[in-house]
Amino acid sequence: MARITPDIPNASMADIAFLLLTFFLVTTTIANDRGLSIQLPPPPEANPPEDVKIQERNMFKIQVNSSDALLVEGEPMSDISGLKEMIKVFILNNGVDPASSDNPQKAIVSYKTDRGTTHKRFIEILDIIQGAYYDIYAERAGVTNARWRDLSSDLSSPENQELYEKGRGRLPDGSVEIPMMLSIAEPTKVGN
Amino acid sequence: MSKFKKKTEVKQTIPTSSMPDVVFMLLFFFMVTTQLRETAIDVQQRIPEATQMRKLLRKSLVTNLYIGEPRKIEQFGKEPKIQADDVFIEPKDIILWVSRQRDLLPENEQDQMTVALKVDNESKRGIIADVESELRKANARKILYTTLQKKEIF
Repeated sequence: MARITPDIPNASMADIAFLLLTFFLVTTTIANDRGLSIQLPPPPEANPPEDVKIQERNMFKIQVNSSDALLVEGEPMSDISGLKEMIKVFILNNGVDPASSDNPQKAIVSYKTDRGTTHKRFIEILDIIQGAYYDIYAERAGVTNARWRDLSSDLSSPENQELYEKGRGRLPDGSVEIPMMLSIAEPTKVGN
Repeated sequence: MSKFKKKTEVKQTIPTSSMPDVVFMLLFFFMVTTQLRETAIDVQQRIPEATQMRKLLRKSLVTNLYIGEPRKIEQFGKEPKIQADDVFIEPKDIILWVSRQRDLLPENEQDQMTVALKVDNESKRGIIADVESELRKANARKILYTTLQKKEIF
């Protein structure tokens, strides 16, 4: 009597696996939750309008018009490679240059766009402004810029907290030494 | 010239017995990382590039708003539109939408809600500013402009 060994043919297993693999390869979308994070100011009616006088020297004005042209401190700028360095110098001036900021706490980077500015251009400039601040923080904390951005979004570990404090600094009165003073103004209405 | 004659015949086949294992490993990787989209995005999404990106750790606290030119121009026109979940909404509907989204979160985490704005490159600032001012009114002030990693290294 011949014994029949029951076995499943497994030569096609690889093919089946490949088919499934291809399916998941095609349908997969790796979730992208990375980007430029900002905090919006409180709603307009919540804070009563108070006339805060900001000195001209403490404002670093960046304006983008409806055709995406850039105006930095009143001067047109076409090459943006030096902008980051300009912002850093402005923030860390500490009253050295009388035409630039008094101290990092007072230094405000004012970013104004038009309703016709494209989002691409908006992000490009916002990236540079935030990069300038992150560079300063990272240098003070003694880490790389990428490491700084990682640790500042995860403050659960004491080690990260310590570096975060070191980067932003803390004055004796409890306020942050170099706060990110970025003001994104309501866009103008030239192009729509 | 017999000096240079090949002495041994080397078998030149790649062992294929481990191929299913390799394939299965890849398969499991993609099965685990895959996320099937629950909403179809009906607006253009050419996401801008940036370098100074921050990562959001808690994905459950993120809600998405998509802004861009509609894909079906003949049906919806060329003007950029705001898509929330499955429908196009107007800026004035955002407050209601935010409060609905907030109710989905656990109560102790509602104030940490982040709105990720996935905006097309060619959208104008005007519509985004309208959305932002509504988000301010709805008190959803943590926002994130979703971007991709820029390729060149500075």
